[in-house]
Formats: sequence, C-alpha cells, structure tokens
Amino acid sequence: MKAIHDFLEANIKPNFEKGAKYEKLWPVFDGFYTFLFVPGHTTPAKGAHIRDGIDLKRTMNTVIMALVPCLLFGMWNVGYHHYNALGIDASFVDQFIFGAIKVIPMVIVSYGVGLGLEFLFCVIKGHQIEEGYLVSGMLIPLIMPVDIPLWMVAISVAFAVVIGKEVFGGTGMNIFNPALLARAFAFFAYPTYMSGDKVWINTSVQEGQAVVDGWSGATVLGELATTGTTQYSAFDAFLGLIPGSIGETSTLLILLGAGLLIFTGIGSWRIMLSAVIGGAVMGLIFNAFAGYAISPEQQAFMAVPFWQQLIFGGFAFGVVFMATDPVSGSQTEMGKYYYGFFIGFFAIMIRVFNPAYPEGIMLAILFMNTMAPLIDHYVIQANIKKRQKRLALKTAGA
Amino acid sequence: MSEVIKIKRGVDIKLVGEADKEFAPVTSVETVAIKPDDFHGARFKLVVKEGDEVKAGSTLMYNKDDEAVKLTAPVSGEIAQVVRGAKRRILEIRILADKEVVYEDFGKADPVSLDRDAIVEKMATSGCFAFFKQRPYNVVAQTSKTPKAIFISGFDSAPLAPDMSLLLDGNEKEFQAGIDALAQLTDGKVHLGLNADAPSGRVLSSVKGVQINKYSGPHPAGLVGVQIAQIDPINKGETVWTITPEHVVIIGRLFLTGTFDARINIAVTGAEVLDRKYHSTVIGAAVKPFIKENVSDKKNRIITGNVLTGTKIEEDGYLSFYERQVTVIEEGIEPEMFGWLIPKPDKFSISRALPSFFQRQVANLTNQEVVYELDTNQHGEERAFVVSGQYEEVFPFDIYPVQLIKAIMTNDIELMENLGIYEVVEEDFALCEVVCTSKIEVQKHVRQGLDLMKQELG
Repeated sequence: MKAIHDFLEANIKPNFEKGAKYEKLWPVFDGFYTFLFVPGHTTPAKGAHIRDGIDLKRTMNTVIMALVPCLLFGMWNVGYHHYNALGIDASFVDQFIFGAIKVIPMVIVSYGVGLGLEFLFCVIKGHQIEEGYLVSGMLIPLIMPVDIPLWMVAISVAFAVVIGKEVFGGTGMNIFNPALLARAFAFFAYPTYMSGDKVWINTSVQEGQAVVDGWSGATVLGELATTGTTQYSAFDAFLGLIPGSIGETSTLLILLGAGLLIFTGIGSWRIMLSAVIGGAVMGLIFNAFAGYAISPEQQAFMAVPFWQQLIFGGFAFGVVFMATDPVSGSQTEMGKYYYGFFIGFFAIMIRVFNPAYPEGIMLAILFMNTMAPLIDHYVIQANIKKRQKRLALKTAGA
Repeated sequence: MSEVIKIKRGVDIKLVGEADKEFAPVTSVETVAIKPDDFHGARFKLVVKEGDEVKAGSTLMYNKDDEAVKLTAPVSGEIAQVVRGAKRRILEIRILADKEVVYEDFGKADPVSLDRDAIVEKMATSGCFAFFKQRPYNVVAQTSKTPKAIFISGFDSAPLAPDMSLLLDGNEKEFQAGIDALAQLTDGKVHLGLNADAPSGRVLSSVKGVQINKYSGPHPAGLVGVQIAQIDPINKGETVWTITPEHVVIIGRLFLTGTFDARINIAVTGAEVLDRKYHSTVIGAAVKPFIKENVSDKKNRIITGNVLTGTKIEEDGYLSFYERQVTVIEEGIEPEMFGWLIPKPDKFSISRALPSFFQRQVANLTNQEVVYELDTNQHGEERAFVVSGQYEEVFPFDIYPVQLIKAIMTNDIELMENLGIYEVVEEDFALCEVVCTSKIEVQKHVRQGLDLMKQELG
C-alpha cells in the first residue's frame, strides 16, 4: 500500500501538478487518487479538529451495495424471459450468462459516458470529481428496458449528466434525479423503444429458434391497462419473475436493498414509508370507485387490489432508490413525509389514468422533485412564523 | 427546585486522553501572551511598547469602539515582544513574567453596594469586562448595552472536557462575589446551567442569587447557547451576555481584593499527552511548560481549547483568552488505501454505514464505553451538501441548520434573521461540522454569517 502510494506521489503526481504537462487533467488524477486513497488531508487550524469517518464515497457505495441484488437478479431475469419466450429449456447459468451479456454492456456504457462527461466538466471547470454519478450510473441501466439500443443509453446518460446535473453546478446542485431524467429523456425521445410489448423481453433469435405461439411480452401493467387481467400472479411479481425494466421487477430484493438503506440511515425511511402509504391510499380509492370507470378494462385495472399495485411495475424500485435521493428530494424531515406521500399517490394515479403508458412512478417522482422546494418552503415558513410569534409576544408583553 | 431539561439531540464523543483528576506540581509562569484575535469583532489600540514594565491589571490595549474596555496584563513583568502579522496587525503581546506578581490596585468593594455604572467601570478598567461575550454575534460585550440576562454554563460536555469542580477548586467566596456583581449588570436573571447527570462540585452548588437550571443529555448540553435556547431564546433586538465560571471567579477576586488576579486552572488532555493533569496557571500562559517532554514523539497537533472548537497552535504558542484546556492529538496525515471502502472500527461516526455506531450500541448494552483515539484526518474531501437530516441529529435547537448555512452562503440577510441566526454562535454548530458527510466548514460559515449581520445591522 505504502509502495503504491509512494509510486503515485513520486512518479505520477508531478505530471499533473501546476505548471506540469498535464496540469489541466489534475481533476482526473485527483479523482483516481482519492478513489484509491483517502488523502492525508487534515482539518483546518480553527474549528472542529476531528471528523466523522463517513464521506460521500462511502455513502454512495452503500447505495450501490443495496443495488447489487437487484442488478444480479435483473441479469438472470433477462435470460429467464428470453429463453421462456423462445420456449427453450435453459439452465440457470445459461439464463444468467445471457442476461449478463445484455446488461453488462449497458452498465459499461452508462458509467463510461457518464463518468467521461463528469471528468470532462471537471477538467473544464477545474473542479474536483464528485461521487454523485457512481449511483446514477448504476441506476440508469436498471431502469431501462433490456432491448434499448446502447446508443440510446449513451444519449440519455449524456442528457442527464449535462442538462440534468452539470448545468446546475454538479453533484448536490441538481433539481431532478439524474437517473430518472435519463429514463424520461429516453421515454420521450424514443417512445417506440420504451413502451409497448416488444422491448421488455429480448427475443433475438438465432437460426432454428422462434418465439413461441401466443407469447406476449407485455409487462404486468401493460396487460392490465389493455385487457384488465394479467397472466402473472402477485407472487411472481413479488419475486420478480415478470417482465419489466432490468432492475425493477423483484420486490423482494428491492426490500432487501431498502432494508440496507434504512439500516444504514442512508435512505430516508420517512420517504419510503409515506410513499407506500400514499400508493396504498390511491389504490384503495381506486378499489372503492372501480365500478364507476368507463371501460371494463379500466374497471378491472382500478379493481386490482391496492397492495398488488405496490408490487407491480417500477413502484417499489422508484420509491426505494429514486425517491430517496437526498439532493432532489425534500430536505426537511417534516417535508419528507409529504414528499413521499404524494409520490406514492401520484404514481398509482398516473399509472392507471395515463392512456399512453401504463406506469407512473417516473413522472410522479420527477413531478415531486419540482415540488420538493415548495414543500420545504412551507415547512421552514412554519419555523419562521414561530420565531416571529415569539418576538411579537415579547414586544407586546414589554 | 428546578426541573431537569433533557437535551435529546447530540452525541458524546469519548476520546482517549482525559486528564487525571489531580493537579500537577505548580510551575512558575514564565511568559504569557494576549492575542487580539481571541476577541472577535473588536479593534484594539495598543498603549504599551516593547520594554515597558507592567503590573498585573495594567492596560495593554483598549477597544477602539468602546474605549472603556481594556485588555490588561494577566501578570506583572516586561513587555517582551509585540508580534505583528500582515499589515502590521498585532498577533500577540508577549510578557516576560516577574517571579513575584505585582498587582495594580483597583480598590476592594462590595458589589452589592455599588451601582451598575460603577461595577461596569471597575470591570472595564481592570480588564474583566472582556470576559463577557455578547450574543447575538458572539463578540466582546459592549458597555453601552444592558443584557436581558446573563448565562453561565456550569459544566463542559465537549470531548475531554475538564471537570468544572477542579477548575474552580476552592473559590467559593470569589465565585459568590462575582455572581453578586453580575446580578447588578442585567435587568433580568443570571442563569447558571448545571449538569443533572453528574455532581457539580461545592463551588457551583453552594452559590446563591442565581437561577439554577439543570440539563441532562449528551453534548452539546453543556454549551451555553443550547441552554439559552431552552430557557429564554434570543429574539431580534435582544442582547444576552455569556461568561464562564472561571472568569466569574476572577471578577469575584477583583471585588474581594481589588486586583486583576488572572489565575486559572486548566486541564492538559489528549491521547498524545503522556502525563495528563490539571495545572494552575494564568490566562494566556505559554503552553510549553505543560507539554515539554510530555507528549509522544508522533507528529502532533497542539490545540488551545477542545477538539471541537479550539485553535491549533505551535509548541511555543499560548493559551487563548477564553480557553480552559490544552489538547494534543495526532495529525492525520497518513493517506489510507480504500479508506472509504473498508469499514475500520477505529473511526468515530454517527452514521450507521460505519461500524462505529453499532460498537457504541453494543457497548451501551453491556454498560461500557467505546473510547476513540482520533486524529485530525478529514476522512474525505469537501463537497456540496448532499445528505440531508444529518445535522439535525446533533443540533438541539429549533432551527433548520442546513437551511441557515445555505442562507449564510448566499448572504441572504433577511433569511438568516428569519431562520434564527441571532440565537447561535460558531460553537453551537461544532458537532454539525464533525458529522458532515460533505466535510463543510460549518463553523467558519457561521462566523462569516455573524460578521455580515453585525456589519449590516450593528
């Protein structure tokens, strides 16, 4: 360890220091160096001389660890559905390998393009490289359908990083969740690739293979929206054996991730809990009024038991991993309850009523990202009013 | 008589290096220094020059904005050196102390029989008035103001904090006389905050004529700002003075003996100190006698004050005016490979993403304590605000800390006022600075905010 460090200090670092050949690339060196080593930076001469052991790298890394089960399951699920669609009996390993071959390139493209742009911006601005994209880069492939072309992933990532984050000033400054922005960009720019029945399961065939007769690649929500019924059971949906975006299908593993986030305190349990309540409330309202819907399909969709709404589609994934983004979400502890509740509430509402696309969590979170500062404003105003009231009482008494 | 006020939000950081509860043999004080930087917000005019002979209590400087307020010599002796920095700003006035201290005579008096003006005058000329800090803004108190109350915290809850009963050891009479004087300075009450979880010692528990409030809970329960917020929060336009018990004792001596007798007790603490004891010394004493051949041979940081709010000094530095301890800890200059990835148990954290939190929980169950040996490493680099809800866990005020810091960063005066900047000073945010994931220098920002408010609104 010491040897590596001394080598970096002696042979690599001088090339990037002020006045040296690669001076402009200092942020890149610094980014890699601080990834390898927590630097020996000490606290300033005045103020707190000791510091908490936590930093942003550790925080982000914890979220990534919480995502790993979803990623691995997603890979397997891609292969599982692929071979199912073709009617081929494949082993677990084959299924996993097929999925990995599909998913890993998406992860690589996501990180490659995203980090590349981050580095570029840091070099231009002379900033340090910040850790925000470590999580976004993992989230983006997990919320994309498997059949999206890699170049679309690349463009979506570029949009999210540049327009979603860097223009606002980088990590910590963005007003929308960057990963969701990538998803929204892909959705609105290439709707045919992002919706319908064909994109969720890879059905590429080799010679001699064919898709089985009567096979449908629609997601649970897709089926519900068009026919009012689904071929998948709630238990399948809970385990994740359903088509959908790569990482969103298994509620079980998402709960595992949620457990880690809540346990470590890195994801806000307030947001998760109130979002689940919000979704359940909307689901119950739909259940109660299902009979009043116009079409029989919609009646059936609204009649889906409220708790099943919570395990279908991207609801669970969005609530656990996207709504809890501390930067774009509500920042006051009180505000987090409202913020979460409305995410859940609107997600189920949009999903059922949106004629174009039967999922609502993405739009609900992006909408509430916009509203989060407003919620915080009112929460803080209450504190300000209290202070003004105290002053008024005091002056009235004197 | 008084109910115990429970402080829930906060954290005790237990460190290796508490001082043994006994005094080291008395050593004579050789040099002392007064550092104008300790008195934030005041501009001083020097009235002595190098080579002058001074007595203890002789004026060294006076406050340009409040000319009655003097800074006086804590010992008698010769002005050895006036150390200046950039733009000839005075950094230190060093005094070579006499063997036998000779005191200026300010005249004995019974504070109860004097009126307010006479007390203020006596304190100001003798140098005692500089002990008062004024809120809002955390600056030296102004003689023209009458505070709505005076607050004294009778215990220190910071890491490695000295035991107040040893700091005040044997000064009952002096403390009482000081309190009597203080009572004349305010229209309101003099509040003394005591620790409900530990004995307060004879000096504090026997005092009369003050409002005693008891507090229980983790640090920052012992911070006077936290206590003010619980009892009588500062509104816009109000003034509160704060003072420490040791300085009340010195004020008491002024009235009992007529001298500026600046003797104090301090604790020498920190993991890198070999023999950790309490020492009798004077305000502004050189720290060298306490740490010479008494610290480990690592690369250390010497701090006048505690690890949360103190100031780094060199080995030949001096105690700061308001500080009651010297702390020596190791400098954390060693880079750590994948330090962010490997959850090593020797780091303190309030985050449950590191093992520290669970260690403390487990130790709690078995009635033990986890004691850390922390160095000055920052454990990461400064970032923008990302994580939310973190400061709130250690900040027991009815104030939104992050929002206030952001208002300060954007120089939004109205918002700062609305969010309660009058109620806080730097030290109240020290724990926020410690736990910050983004390693933001919170105390520095608070100071800047206070300076801006003072400049704009006086």
